[in-house]
Amino acid sequence: MLRKRFLILGTLLALSVVGYMTLGAVGSWSFLIPFRASKLAALALVSVCLAVSTVLFQTITANRILTPSVMGFDALYVFILTAIVHSFGAAGYAAIPAPLLFVMNLVLMTGMGLVLFSLLIKGGRGDILKMVLTGIVLGILIRALTGFLQRMIDPSEFQTIQSVSFARFTYVDKLNLAMAAIVALPALVMAWRMRHRLDVIALGPVAATGLGEAPRRGQRQALVLICLLTASATALAGPMSSGGAGPSSFFGLIVAALAHMITPSYKHSVLLPSAAMLACITLIGGQTVMERVLHLSTPLAVVIEVLGGITFLILLLKRRMA
Amino acid sequence: MISIRNVSHSIDHTPILHDVSLDIPRGGITALIGPNGAGKSTLLSLVARLAALTTGEISVDTLKIGQCKDRDLAKVLAIMPQSTQVSSRLTIRDLVGFGRYPWHQGHPGPEDREKVEETLTRFGLEPLAHRFLDEISGGQKQRAFAAMAYAQSTPYLLLDEPLNNLDIAASRSLMRLLRDMAEEDGKTILIVLHDINYAAAFADRLVVMKEGRIVADGKPEKVVSAKLLYDVFGTDAPVCMMDERPVVLV
Repeated sequence: MLRKRFLILGTLLALSVVGYMTLGAVGSWSFLIPFRASKLAALALVSVCLAVSTVLFQTITANRILTPSVMGFDALYVFILTAIVHSFGAAGYAAIPAPLLFVMNLVLMTGMGLVLFSLLIKGGRGDILKMVLTGIVLGILIRALTGFLQRMIDPSEFQTIQSVSFARFTYVDKLNLAMAAIVALPALVMAWRMRHRLDVIALGPVAATGLGEAPRRGQRQALVLICLLTASATALAGPMSSGGAGPSSFFGLIVAALAHMITPSYKHSVLLPSAAMLACITLIGGQTVMERVLHLSTPLAVVIEVLGGITFLILLLKRRMA
Repeated sequence: MISIRNVSHSIDHTPILHDVSLDIPRGGITALIGPNGAGKSTLLSLVARLAALTTGEISVDTLKIGQCKDRDLAKVLAIMPQSTQVSSRLTIRDLVGFGRYPWHQGHPGPEDREKVEETLTRFGLEPLAHRFLDEISGGQKQRAFAAMAYAQSTPYLLLDEPLNNLDIAASRSLMRLLRDMAEEDGKTILIVLHDINYAAAFADRLVVMKEGRIVADGKPEKVVSAKLLYDVFGTDAPVCMMDERPVVLV
């Protein structure tokens, strides 16, 4: 059954990729192919990073509702951005070379993300609703702090923040893409190598300890990977929840829920690739259908946001009743 | 041998265990009993490394808790989790298969699969092997968890109040299984029990705890008496002997 479903997913993925590369082509192929290929690579990298980090996060927190983005990991990006502009000014910000900025983003997001998630896991141990609540409140706190900082800076400097704090897939900087890949690909490989350990950790702390898999160590390692993956995706494409062309904050939630539904298994060797493929199909295929087939100007994020909101509510209510 | 030396433990600055020392040689079932809050589950969780050891030393054979590798310890010491502590949607065969994890680290070989099938047969779980954990009864679930711990092939097995939420038939059949594991496979079982009658009927040795200290230790017929129930549990239940085993009348 699983094999057949993976075949279907693979076919859909191939269709999405081919559709994205070829449909609605205007102009010469020699320009179009590399131009679209780099965008495609960015889309794929962001999809896989977000899907894998969501699955990891849901496993180590033993919940199916909360994801790094729902918790406000994206808000962290805007916060860091605002803090940089606030302390160096727009001119100072513009003077920071792009690679350095990327590295700064990555390091700060990973570091702050680690603190945030550790707090969350500590605070909400075993209590999903408390954890969801803590996560959302922390997200609001970060957004409020960001808003506070933004009100204190010059309006023209505020414009700088606005223009860079939207998810963007219209233009992909090759250097940024390469840097994101250098961070994300090893993290993905490590996540894949953790797959059996994650299966054991998902059994719960008592069973995992008994089987020789100290859950805290696994949690810490997974958290580092989650932060690296989410940070490199966000540093590449901008935050997901702020509209624009990127996927929404519910993106990870949807693909993880779909993966559990379409390929039900406790095995991360099934869940991780399935979520990653579904993410690519949703983002690449969705983008293709919306832009090139239906010729809609509605950003894909809006559709994902609506569907994601509904998924979130359903998961939350189902949990409540069970 | 599980050797516990001068172990003290506090949770949130409240002392739970006071300088506890205990030796559990190989073989047989040792039951930890005592009133609520006596520290028996805490002691077990320290041996199981579910809580971090702060004062004192615990070793299992040659392995020192807190210093040895988790992986090595998992080949010597199995913990039977409560079914409520396991969340994943698994079939019984998957669950029992996890018992082999310390030996194969996620890459089961033919001998691991053989052991799983043998375990399923031994525990009478073959007809249920493809069923999911949330589709079977509480007693069957506990049996599956016992099977998982058995498949781990460790000389030692720890259980924390496994009879919670089980009816009398399921409780007796689980204790019977443990008895078989101790007698036929020579496993050393350390179990926290609430019900003194189950402890007296199935254990070889009772260790009685009160307020973080061991207050009595020995064979059930030596330990269980009306005086002990009064001194330790603060209740005046009569005790009578049946088939050379003490029975508390409730």
